[in-house]
Amino acid sequence: MIATESKERYIAAFEQSQSNGNGAAPAWLKKLRRDGIASFAAQGFPTPKDEEWKYTSVEPIASLPLAQSQGSERGIDADEMIAQSFADATCPRLVFINGVWTREFSFAPGLPRGVRLTSLAELIKQDEPLLSEQLGRHANYRRQAFVALNTAFMGDGAVVIIPPGCCLAQPIYLIYISSPGAGPLVSHPRTLIFLGAGSEAKIIESYVGVDEGAYFCNAVTELIGAADSLADYYRLQREGRSAFHTGTFDADLDRGAHLTAHAVTLGGSLIRNNVHVALNGEGAECVLNGLYLGEGKQHIDNFTEIDHLKPRATSFELYKGILNGAAHGVFNGKIVVHKDAQKSDARQVNKNLLLSANAVVNTKPQLEIYADDVKCSHGSTIGQLDADALFYLRTRGLGVAEARSLLSFAFAGDVVGRIKVDSLRRQLDDYLAVQFRRV
Amino acid sequence: MLDIRGLRAKAGNKEILRGIDLHVGAGEVHAIMGPNGSGKSTLAHVLSGRENYEVTGGEVIYRGEDLLAMSPEMRAREGIFLAFQYPVEIPGVSTTYFLKAAMNAVRKHKGLEELDAMEFLALIKEKLKLVKMDQVLINRPLNEGFSGGEKKRNEILQMAVLDPVLALLDETDSGLDIDALRVVAGGVNALRRPDRAMIVITHYQRLLNYIVPDFIHVLFEGRIIKSGTKELALELESRGYDWLKGGAAAVQ
Repeated sequence: MIATESKERYIAAFEQSQSNGNGAAPAWLKKLRRDGIASFAAQGFPTPKDEEWKYTSVEPIASLPLAQSQGSERGIDADEMIAQSFADATCPRLVFINGVWTREFSFAPGLPRGVRLTSLAELIKQDEPLLSEQLGRHANYRRQAFVALNTAFMGDGAVVIIPPGCCLAQPIYLIYISSPGAGPLVSHPRTLIFLGAGSEAKIIESYVGVDEGAYFCNAVTELIGAADSLADYYRLQREGRSAFHTGTFDADLDRGAHLTAHAVTLGGSLIRNNVHVALNGEGAECVLNGLYLGEGKQHIDNFTEIDHLKPRATSFELYKGILNGAAHGVFNGKIVVHKDAQKSDARQVNKNLLLSANAVVNTKPQLEIYADDVKCSHGSTIGQLDADALFYLRTRGLGVAEARSLLSFAFAGDVVGRIKVDSLRRQLDDYLAVQFRRV
Repeated sequence: MLDIRGLRAKAGNKEILRGIDLHVGAGEVHAIMGPNGSGKSTLAHVLSGRENYEVTGGEVIYRGEDLLAMSPEMRAREGIFLAFQYPVEIPGVSTTYFLKAAMNAVRKHKGLEELDAMEFLALIKEKLKLVKMDQVLINRPLNEGFSGGEKKRNEILQMAVLDPVLALLDETDSGLDIDALRVVAGGVNALRRPDRAMIVITHYQRLLNYIVPDFIHVLFEGRIIKSGTKELALELESRGYDWLKGGAAAVQ
């Protein structure tokens, strides 16, 4: 019932935004938004009856009163929020407050010629051709209700374009800050990343928010990796304590393109991360690294899906979760090897550490293989801290709490160690060291 | 330094230690030998505080204190060190990081200041020489992918760094080839001191050619059935344990 009422509210809000002029846009975008809301109307909010949402109820999201974001609220300490995002002050960045680009905190000094780092709203005004060619082509709004919602309401976000052959040494930061004012807040940031043939870039998307007040951030990112491009992509989620976050990352990789996508989930109360990678060219390669930490009553659902569409593509996936308190973690790792994708190599590992008796994890590998000459493996574990290891550390003088925190840190370190941006890895290491000391 | 009196312990429902009496003085090296399943490793683990064993009788006095009342970490901070027969692998933590945390926990307990990174590095470099270990190894995850010999050297390195009062070496020779055994034994010998005692647990006499003990005890079915000096090891090598087992049966 709540879901149906809420659906109607979203549809009504959409119609209102179209009629009051907020929807001013080129014809292709108006149509895309219309398609988005129509798809959402057809699908409605997902329920646990949907196999892909079996362990996650979005009712708390659906029942949040709807208020469209109006950009920056007064009284927000943006510097503090930017610090929380693990940003590097020396690197180019775009900062968004409640889904709207904020010029005063953004800067992009000395980017190589042809690199574009711009707000989506600005590019829509210029009617940049790449937008109509790529937006909505990858993240599938027809199949995913939250992508449909984002598509219907998309207004601002980041666009990163790396021209062919360009190798960008400095990482780019895209920082999304949520800070609800008097009432609840809903935002739908949209990010588009395009890597030209043979180009190389490191991109960090960071979602942060204040602890006071409920809000819902529904973010969608599309990444297109042209032939032989090299993307090192990070998605950090450190939303406020009462926040709801649904994040979709959809990547499309051409021949020989390589993507490493890290997903680090630390904050929020109800979190769903959807990752989809289409290995859409021969020899494309993706590496997915995930780390999720849950405590209290946090609910963190990671849904990953890799499509092997062409021959000789490889995918390696490692997701690790540490859950304390009464936290609930979900991992779903779907790998589809299509008929033409001979010589595919797909490996998936999910490991979970439960630090308390009330923490829960549901983990589900899902392999669908339609080619006959492939290598595929998967494995998942759920366990407590190793008693032998704990004793070993205690015989060296470490107390129980210290030994537990060291082992938790070590468990996470396996994923953190794969982060190639030094400043980010160091900050995350420090953050985790403090976090686990409290465990 | 250490007085074990009538110590009995069981694992599950099985009584493994059935009345151990042993006195270890400062500076002494005691070897505990015996066939498989005689309770040697259990004794080492009970002295270190392993919770899998239940002490059902007797007492252990360590430097005037009731050892069995202390937690494993407190025993470690008070100077007891166990070199494991099977050192645990801990992916994600380097030996350096782990050892610095351990050493500072011990120093804090002793009321000493924590060492900073530079001081620690200088100390560890010196100790590495003792066990002929490459520094590269200690920057790798603790024991992960280490060979048997590397793991045992790492145990002795930890012992050297933690500077214990009483060291328990549990089958430190198992799985080592002769070259590795020499290195490990050399490290142990260099750590012998008048104010430090050692209990060396081994199945084979071979180790005792390199670490020469002051006393040897034969453990069988949870009791010490024979004690002697280093010559006893040679006798055990030529005659095995069987001649003693008869005597043990007669005692029962």
